Amino acid sequence: MVSKPHGGTLIRRVSPRDKRETLIEETNEMVSIDVPFDIATDIENIAYGVFSPLEGFVVQEDYTSILYNMRLSNDIPWTFPITLDVSPEEIKGVKEGDTIAIKHNGTFIATLQVEEIYRWDKKRFARHVYRTEDPNHPGVYKTYRKKELLVGGKILLINELPNPFYKYTLRPAETRILFREKGWKTIVGFQTRNAPHIGHEYVQKSALTFIDGLFINPLVGWKKKNDYRDDVIIAAYETLIKYYYPRNAVVFSITRTPMRYAGPREAIHHAIMRKNYGCTHFIVGRDHAGVGNYYGPYEAQEIFSEFPDLGITPLFVKEFFYCRRCGGVANEKVCPHSEEYRVKISGTKIRQMILSGQTPPETMMRPEVARVILSYDNPFIEEV
Amino acid sequence: MEKRGKYTTVSIPVTLYNRIKRVIEGTGFTSVSSFVTYVLREVVASYEEERSAEPFTEEEREKIIEKLRKLGYL
Ligand SMILES: [Zn+2]
Repeated sequence: MVSKPHGGTLIRRVSPRDKRETLIEETNEMVSIDVPFDIATDIENIAYGVFSPLEGFVVQEDYTSILYNMRLSNDIPWTFPITLDVSPEEIKGVKEGDTIAIKHNGTFIATLQVEEIYRWDKKRFARHVYRTEDPNHPGVYKTYRKKELLVGGKILLINELPNPFYKYTLRPAETRILFREKGWKTIVGFQTRNAPHIGHEYVQKSALTFIDGLFINPLVGWKKKNDYRDDVIIAAYETLIKYYYPRNAVVFSITRTPMRYAGPREAIHHAIMRKNYGCTHFIVGRDHAGVGNYYGPYEAQEIFSEFPDLGITPLFVKEFFYCRRCGGVANEKVCPHSEEYRVKISGTKIRQMILSGQTPPETMMRPEVARVILSYDNPFIEEV
Repeated sequence: MEKRGKYTTVSIPVTLYNRIKRVIEGTGFTSVSSFVTYVLREVVASYEEERSAEPFTEEEREKIIEKLRKLGYL
């Protein structure tokens, strides 16, 4: 069975087509704020149920509960506060109960029923969510640059954002139907922000040996400098799936949402999103959603023991390497040989090779995938 | 980590309390309360799962299937 939506109901906050014109007209009289891309994608994800049971940006009671208990105020697990930050000037004259218009790059995208406007303590947010107040952490850095007030309340999506990856963007209602049509009873979600190497492929396939379907779901949106570009990740996966995966065992689609680099808390957040897409299982890697040395290598796995009611089963798959003695790809669970035989499949090393125009060895990356990546002038993000 | 949740009291038989206390010895559970909270959340979630419906009508479902076919997913 496809997983039940988180919190019980798949949220849909999209305005019906026939009401759209009237709503757009009404916004002329509303206060409007222009939000950055990350927030705009949060709105889309709320609207299409990726963040079910959230129906909007969190109000203070939920915000505080998430910070301290990693749960919404109704006890449902939720680890990353989805917030809308604004400056006092932007919402001058807005009262609780008002509806405001939300724009992105000047284009109207949604309305927000203002339920609450409240102050927040960015350091406290950083300490709880990121487990550090260090501004060198990319998530903390972004947090400190946010505005001083938060607005909570339900949203209603009126216009979708322009999407160059439309073909690859499935919404939870769509994946849930798709998985059922395929007859999958168990579905494992795979989170990624990378082009696939042999290690990723084996992690996915080891899960696929006992689970019906694999849902590969890269996050597209804000990432660190030197991460793979979104179009590169998509092209690399298309190639890998075409040559190395059974056609009927895998679905590939993206989610537009920023990486938050919140390590353990983000691992739970990632699992919840995939549960909403219909996954029954979710692969949690070593240092999942981590950055630098802020989190222990297995903290993102350990945190799952605090959520017996998560409703999606985490799979902790050990990293794969190439073992010369085994004569193939293996991991700690199945290979008894010592380090001298093992060749680490290192994303960093692959990246360096690609940057200098070299093709990574076949023990690390499929040649077809390497070829696609190397066909780009620069497959990595230059500026953020 | 700082916890600032609100708590309330539930009564359980002393015999059960002692039994749980023995069971959690040497495990990651630091108190009977944290064990009981864990177990109840697990049980409550399985009850909740039984009553949830899909948000789409049969017509919407057919539309989605058509879109999935067009995009090559089906
Ligand atoms: Zn070996």
